[in-house]
Amino acid sequence: MRRFAQRVLALSSKEVRHVVRDPRSLYLALGMPVVMILLFGFGVSFDLDRLPVAFVDHDASATTRALRQRLTASADLSDAGLSTSVAEAERRMIAGEVVAVVVFPPGFEARLRRGQRADVQLLIDGADNNTAVQVRAKTEAALRVLGLSASAQAVNAGKPPVSARSWTRFNPEARSAVFLVPGIAAYVLAIVAVLLTALTVAREWERGSMAQLFATPVGRLEIVIGKLLPYVALGALAVLLVLAVGTTVFDVPFRGSPLALAVLSILFLAGMLGQGLMISVITRNQMVATQAGALSSMLPSMLLSGFVFPIENMPAPLQAVSAIVPARYYVDGLRAILLRGAGLDTLWPQALALLAFAAVTVAISTARFRRVVA
Amino acid sequence: MTHVIEVRGLRREFGDFVAVRDVDFDVERGEIFGYLGANGAGKSTTIRMLSGLLAPSGGRATVAGHDVGSDPIAVKRSIGYMSQKFSLYRDLTAQENLEFFGGIYGMAGATLRRAIDRACERTGLADEHRKAMTGALPGGTRQRLALTSALLHEPPIVFLDEPTAGVDPASRRAFWRLIRELADGGTTVFVTTHYMDEAEYCARIGLMVDGVLVALDTPAALKARYVPGETYAFTGRDLHAARERTLSLPGVLAAEPFGARVHVRFAEGHADPDMIARHLTEGGGRVDRVERVEASLEDVFLAVVGEAA
Repeated sequence: MRRFAQRVLALSSKEVRHVVRDPRSLYLALGMPVVMILLFGFGVSFDLDRLPVAFVDHDASATTRALRQRLTASADLSDAGLSTSVAEAERRMIAGEVVAVVVFPPGFEARLRRGQRADVQLLIDGADNNTAVQVRAKTEAALRVLGLSASAQAVNAGKPPVSARSWTRFNPEARSAVFLVPGIAAYVLAIVAVLLTALTVAREWERGSMAQLFATPVGRLEIVIGKLLPYVALGALAVLLVLAVGTTVFDVPFRGSPLALAVLSILFLAGMLGQGLMISVITRNQMVATQAGALSSMLPSMLLSGFVFPIENMPAPLQAVSAIVPARYYVDGLRAILLRGAGLDTLWPQALALLAFAAVTVAISTARFRRVVA
Repeated sequence: MTHVIEVRGLRREFGDFVAVRDVDFDVERGEIFGYLGANGAGKSTTIRMLSGLLAPSGGRATVAGHDVGSDPIAVKRSIGYMSQKFSLYRDLTAQENLEFFGGIYGMAGATLRRAIDRACERTGLADEHRKAMTGALPGGTRQRLALTSALLHEPPIVFLDEPTAGVDPASRRAFWRLIRELADGGTTVFVTTHYMDEAEYCARIGLMVDGVLVALDTPAALKARYVPGETYAFTGRDLHAARERTLSLPGVLAAEPFGARVHVRFAEGHADPDMIARHLTEGGGRVDRVERVEASLEDVFLAVVGEAA
């Protein structure tokens, strides 16, 4: 056991020296996440602001005027003016001048005064799905806030006088950074783990040092553990870095259990390391391993994980493929932990899926490893 | 004398191809045992089986008392192995490479430092080289470093697979001096090479042709058996034609081009250097410097391969 630890330590410290001598992998592991999160958080934000909204006010009361003013007071929505009828407002929407129309029905103020439920009609241009979802979320959030303050003024404070049909919880302002950070964490971890593992093991084959290692009493398991440990640490550091930037710069909440975060991250990392190992054992060539590693880690974790495109909106065959993409479960789990405050009690299916992927890839690569050596 | 390596009926097949066919031999303690053969003759396969890297398909072999098939880990602990391709890490310093391989053999702390110092002393690896980046070391020093790392755990047996491939002649000679010192100190050296001049340094030589160990003996005995008689070398003009004509001389066993000269081998008692000069000059050619030479292992190799083919 002591020998085992010594050999693993020798391998790990050698690996650290490789990384220090050629810090490109450090830049990749720690620089890229920060660049990506800043890019996504500020630049490539999916958030839209100053969305033009038209109003149709059949009530023409002091309350509706106040509501209209306050709805467009934030940076999210801008007032595109009053239309005389819904039909006219619709024409403006078709012309692309407005993305939504808010309609106050007649008797709105009177109903409020009597303590009755007062509805607001919201027409949204669904041509651009992303915009539509956000307009709806923002309008509803604004109405909810206004509704609550209106209720304090209401004569009868029984039920909220202004009803909004849905209530976006956990990310009420629907900010991109908040749901992108988990995706970026998965993406970065996938690349770091797969690419660096694939490279470091393939390099040993290519240079013949793997053969030299096999001529020593070091075991396969020791080689695998010793070589991968530094990258596990690097991956963990990368995750922490992404979360730190996410929570400090973009106010991403961290509501859930740190234990669940650690478990899911380590399982996901194990799967990605297994995938990298598998690639390098099969290709045994740095060039091929780089390409296979990049393709098999970046694309699925970007496109099929729910990071950028919601899985529910994908065609059935793609949804089926995404079922074997570990990033999907990790992104899912991370969002649940960060935003919904979830713990392992609800996230065990994700943990099991990640565990299964790790077990399969490590089993395949160990089997290949043995055959190649024997 | 004790046998530190015992090989009996050792065999290795890859599918239908028999890479090593039922090989038998023993190696004594402190012996320099050379293994010769063309590429693909089965040298590397044999060395990989003996160092526990490859399981034999048949027969058995023990190295330092451990069976290579059933206990490869024990074999690996008792040998040092230097592979054909230089395989230390170029982006680490020499010292770091040594620390790494020492760690792999389970050494740490003061034990490791002492082992490194001792091994460097044995191979004469200078301090300034130990601090240098491995990739920047000259070829000969790199080989020395590779040998040093194979000696860290003081193995009783070292396997050197083509250790001097691509190294300049001066460094090769220095390296062989080192190998001889190792053997004098009681370390058994099993070495493959295709430099025939290097093979002369070996106590005994095994010659492999197509997976079969066709000859095994001391260099002198091999020469006496495969290249008997007396060998003369001559230089001159139009050597190709001269060599052809030599073959018709009485008692000539063989005539082979050998660098810028031709080696003519006569059966015992038939040698007549004057006759060579006379005969060849009569044909209008010109011959200089006919002299007696020792048969070389290259002659042996050619004779053995010719015989086996």
